[in-house]
Amino acid sequence: MPAALAVSGLVKRYGAIEALGGVDLEVRESELVGLLGPNGAGKSTLVKIACGLVRPTTGRAEVCGARSGSREARAALGYLAELFRFPGWMTADELLELHQRLAGSRGGEKERGDLLELVGLQEARRRPVEAMSKGMQQRLGIAQALVGSPRLLLLDEPTSALDPVGRRTVRTLLEELQRRGVSVLLNSHLLSEIELVCDRVVILLGGRVVSAGTPAELAKPRGVEIETDGGRRTYPDAGRDDIPRLIAELVHGGQSVYGARLLTSTLEEVYVEAVGGETS
Amino acid sequence: MTAILTIAGYGLREALRRKVFVVVCFLSVAFLGLYWLGVRYAFHHVANVEPPDGVDSRTFAGAFLFGMAMFGTLFLGVVLAIFLTLGTVRGDAERALLQPLVVRPIGRTTLLVARFLGAAAVCVPYVLILYFAGMLLTGLEGSWWPDRIATPGLELAGGVVIVAALSLLGSVFLSSIANGIAIFMIFGAGLVAGLLGNIGHVLNSPGLIHAAKIAAWAIPFEALYQDALRSITEKTSGLTGFLLRLGPFGGAEQGGIGLRLWAVAYIVLVGALAAAGFARRDL
Repeated sequence: MPAALAVSGLVKRYGAIEALGGVDLEVRESELVGLLGPNGAGKSTLVKIACGLVRPTTGRAEVCGARSGSREARAALGYLAELFRFPGWMTADELLELHQRLAGSRGGEKERGDLLELVGLQEARRRPVEAMSKGMQQRLGIAQALVGSPRLLLLDEPTSALDPVGRRTVRTLLEELQRRGVSVLLNSHLLSEIELVCDRVVILLGGRVVSAGTPAELAKPRGVEIETDGGRRTYPDAGRDDIPRLIAELVHGGQSVYGARLLTSTLEEVYVEAVGGETS
Repeated sequence: MTAILTIAGYGLREALRRKVFVVVCFLSVAFLGLYWLGVRYAFHHVANVEPPDGVDSRTFAGAFLFGMAMFGTLFLGVVLAIFLTLGTVRGDAERALLQPLVVRPIGRTTLLVARFLGAAAVCVPYVLILYFAGMLLTGLEGSWWPDRIATPGLELAGGVVIVAALSLLGSVFLSSIANGIAIFMIFGAGLVAGLLGNIGHVLNSPGLIHAAKIAAWAIPFEALYQDALRSITEKTSGLTGFLLRLGPFGGAEQGGIGLRLWAVAYIVLVGALAAAGFARRDL
């Protein structure tokens, strides 16, 4: 089975500006990949190429084996843009119905009801978009992206307008989608969110992939922390194999040991290191 | 076909909610009301006017007034066509309304065709209703009826459809405001071309007449309007006929079947350019 999204040697130039400088990336079936990078790193351009809104200068992007932008590729994906707007006069139900027709979905009223329930908007079914808060509109945007049960979901900053509860709803939703076999490329600035839900992380900088792997692979050892009756002691140069010896020495020295854990870098630390402190 | 109907319906509902139709209906009723008043007074006075030799005052007044009504109809139809299409691509993309639709498996060309057909489905009946209303008012008040009943109305509608196609093409490259201004300026250029033709006829200047003809065919809504003006007095001859050929807001000029075929080809050409431009556009 082809990858949900396969990108190779992708280059995009806007005149003299190079937005992407040869990106290789793959999102496998049922995989949730987080896309990180400072503003202007090329994340949105990459997502837009994947869904056919932007044409690459060179390179190739395929969605479920079909060239990005082709009818087959667009039929296989759902997309939520970073900046999006729906007609204010449309109700949530009307909007989803419109997208059902365009996506060729035969889910009917049941699909619309299920999607609105999935994003916690079942009570707002008849409410016009203009009467919804930004957070509600963002959740409606996610529901819209899920119309027609896409195999690949491209989410560009889907939680930027959400409060903590809304973010948690989206997180739960992403986990549920993963269980259903949907592949997701999640572009977000919220590192904690990506760390919590993503199988793999790709960090872009200046249009190039500077780091990629699972959160565990990216994390670097930062030593060992041992909790004793004298407080917490940190051994920055120690590794997993050193823990028994360190505990034995402490016990031998008359101290009580309550716990020990390996210290690793957080995704935030990995990210800052990868982008060299660049913000835009 | 389902996608075309869905998008066309979406465009129409959006226009409805944006109150475009309310404004247009208000303007149309005001226009018809004023036109009725004008026709009533004009024909009342015509009965008391002694016309020059060779001029049939009733035919002259009826055709001249109805020619003006046709210009008003064309103008209002053009306003409607422009407002329905001026932001179809770049305008909607800048407002982030277009992207969620374009990523659906309907195709960009389908989207353009649907928006064009949606605009045409509104503009054509609108122009025809206004045209026949004007004709009815003229006929009932002045007992004057055009030589051809349906053809001029269809040509006016065709002219408005051409403007809708041009506006759609402009929307691929220009922002809404720039596109609106550009299309109104093109419409104005057509009007000027018609007036140049008038002046050319009065001065008997073949150069001016030729230039006006070229301009009218380059933007064929003007040529269709001229042909429509010609059709309403097709059988009128003599001095009355000559004076009426000068027409209000552009001279009457026969276009014939060649013009109609060119108008259809023009719409297809403009549509193809719009589709090619849209296909290459990053959103």
